[in-house]
Amino acid sequence: MGKTLSEKVWDAHVVRRAEGEPDLLYIDLHLVHEVTSPQAFEGLRLAGREVRRPDLTLATEDHNTPTLDILKPIADPTSRKQVETLRRNAADFGIRLHSLGDKDQGIVHVVGPQLGVTQPGMTIVCGDSHTSTHGAFGALAFGIGTSEVEHVLATQTLPQKALKTMAVNVNGELPDGVTAKDVVLALIAKVGTGGGQGHVVEYRGSTIEALSMEGRMTICNMSIEWGAKAGMIAPDEKTFEYLKGRPHAPEGADWDAAVEYWKSLRTDDDATFDVEVDIDATTLTPFVTWGTNPGHGVPLGGVVPAPEDFESEVEQATARRALEYMALTAGTPMRDIRIDTVFLGSCTNGRIEDLRLAASVLEGRRKHDDVRMLVVPGSARVRLQAEAEGLDKIFTDFGAEWRAAGCSMCLGMNPDQLAPGERSASTSNRNFEGRQGKGGRTHLVSPAVAAATAIAGHLASPADL
Amino acid sequence: MDKFSTHVGVPVPLKRSNVDTDQIIPAVYLKRIRRTGFEDGLFAAWRGDPDFVLNQDAFKHGTILVAGPDFGTGSSREHAVWALQNYGFKVIIGSRFGDIFRNNSGKAGLVVAVVPDETVASIWEYIDANPGQEIEVSLVERRITLGDGTQIDFDIDDFTRHRLLEGLDDISMTLQHEDAIAAYEASRPTFKPKTLPAKVAN
Repeated sequence: MGKTLSEKVWDAHVVRRAEGEPDLLYIDLHLVHEVTSPQAFEGLRLAGREVRRPDLTLATEDHNTPTLDILKPIADPTSRKQVETLRRNAADFGIRLHSLGDKDQGIVHVVGPQLGVTQPGMTIVCGDSHTSTHGAFGALAFGIGTSEVEHVLATQTLPQKALKTMAVNVNGELPDGVTAKDVVLALIAKVGTGGGQGHVVEYRGSTIEALSMEGRMTICNMSIEWGAKAGMIAPDEKTFEYLKGRPHAPEGADWDAAVEYWKSLRTDDDATFDVEVDIDATTLTPFVTWGTNPGHGVPLGGVVPAPEDFESEVEQATARRALEYMALTAGTPMRDIRIDTVFLGSCTNGRIEDLRLAASVLEGRRKHDDVRMLVVPGSARVRLQAEAEGLDKIFTDFGAEWRAAGCSMCLGMNPDQLAPGERSASTSNRNFEGRQGKGGRTHLVSPAVAAATAIAGHLASPADL
Repeated sequence: MDKFSTHVGVPVPLKRSNVDTDQIIPAVYLKRIRRTGFEDGLFAAWRGDPDFVLNQDAFKHGTILVAGPDFGTGSSREHAVWALQNYGFKVIIGSRFGDIFRNNSGKAGLVVAVVPDETVASIWEYIDANPGQEIEVSLVERRITLGDGTQIDFDIDDFTRHRLLEGLDDISMTLQHEDAIAAYEASRPTFKPKTLPAKVAN
């Protein structure tokens, strides 16, 4: 019987297999940032261990960094100490670090693909759950905790329990105004936040093939939001085209050998998945969330659901609590929900294509007076690229704030936060209680909906304008 | 890591589903650079509410959390495990957990005991009737014993159980296979990328 993409990549990385033990997998790339690494480096020091492969490790500052005055010392002393700790650890252990002010600084999941160190067939880990983003290239990429970060630093391997496989088949042409973000929000609403637990999922079908690499990254990025261990997409000509000429892409004979290998990774025709889910892309519309987990999504044209719409008692209780937290009444049309802040950015939707899409909606229009809009590029290079294309001018003319790169308001660890009770339309990945600031209320949206919302002052799509 | 065999403590009912790691500890509490001192961030948004379960006298000193489904989803932050441990929790009982959270717990020495949904509900019922009464969790037997003698079997994978019982350090275990790692490294294709020396676009 044939093998799936994920099985091929897994099998190619088994260092050791023993009865009753997890496989020991080799890790091709370890991405590191300031928040989940200090305790791992401390552990190495206490045990007198080195980093086994600094040349397979890459660090950047992103989670805890300011998006204003980035060249001044960080104002918050605990944030500053955490970033300084990463700088010291990188220097002590010989790890490449892209710091604030560096052209290659940015959100770790935007930086990897941009440098070309993210490639098909690799195993990639990072102390961040959105590592699944790199699966868009056909890599097996997943988030790990700090103990595992230490393990990879010390051994360049990870013991991993076998996983089940799942296929999400998305077929058909996406209607106008419907983006990769809407596909994944609709998927999570269908399968629930725990729907993927214990599975590596492969996104397949004509809709996925038609997406750009950026769109594929958006979908793989949110795999963790429905509990999947990793999300992957088979590499194809688009993948190779994206990688060719990137700083760390293979060259010459290595390129040819790599492409030949990458082409062999596609799931075999006779392979089977443990679970399959089908989505008809032609029926999709812009999707937004109303509640406090990413599974709380509805079409923009829909209404806030009632607790009774949910099956189990626990889910009903969660919905009741979510309605209360979000200060929403069941039956309210989603388009009637007024928004205070629009956040465009994050590892989900902070790439150049996302900024271009939003700018195309905003150009020549005026921001709604009651809305503030933050535009935070996913990386310093995305920012430079956007400026070269004049997008920054479109954003600032519109009345939005044009910031430096980082995770920013996606998780509100830096000063970019919602105030208690403030309501956002956010292109990020999590609408958890307090995620964007204590008491803040988050609606997850696509970049197109974010832009239209900043104009209308309430949740809206470009077609509504 | 300390060995874990049996723990006796007060169970705390957390009757909510989808308690993600942002709820367990919000991002603003993640700035510390050691593994200690995270207890103040535990359930920070809820701790101010006098009705919150950890603010009730019977549960203040609880050490066994009995959680709703999909506990620990979301962010990979191991700080969530440390916050629970720093507060005093030794065991989390529930029906479904975020994969990364469960992994992190196993690595850090927090026992995650998986039981069916209806069993969680029955333990909640027991706690409601006997608040503050201790229960026993035996990792050796994979069994929870309530104060009234009721016994409940739980799931935990064999390998994690073995590591926790023996207090084994994962990294030392892996380094015993350094020859296999070196042999694998020698066989890696030359086209695989390296981050050093650094190459950047102009």
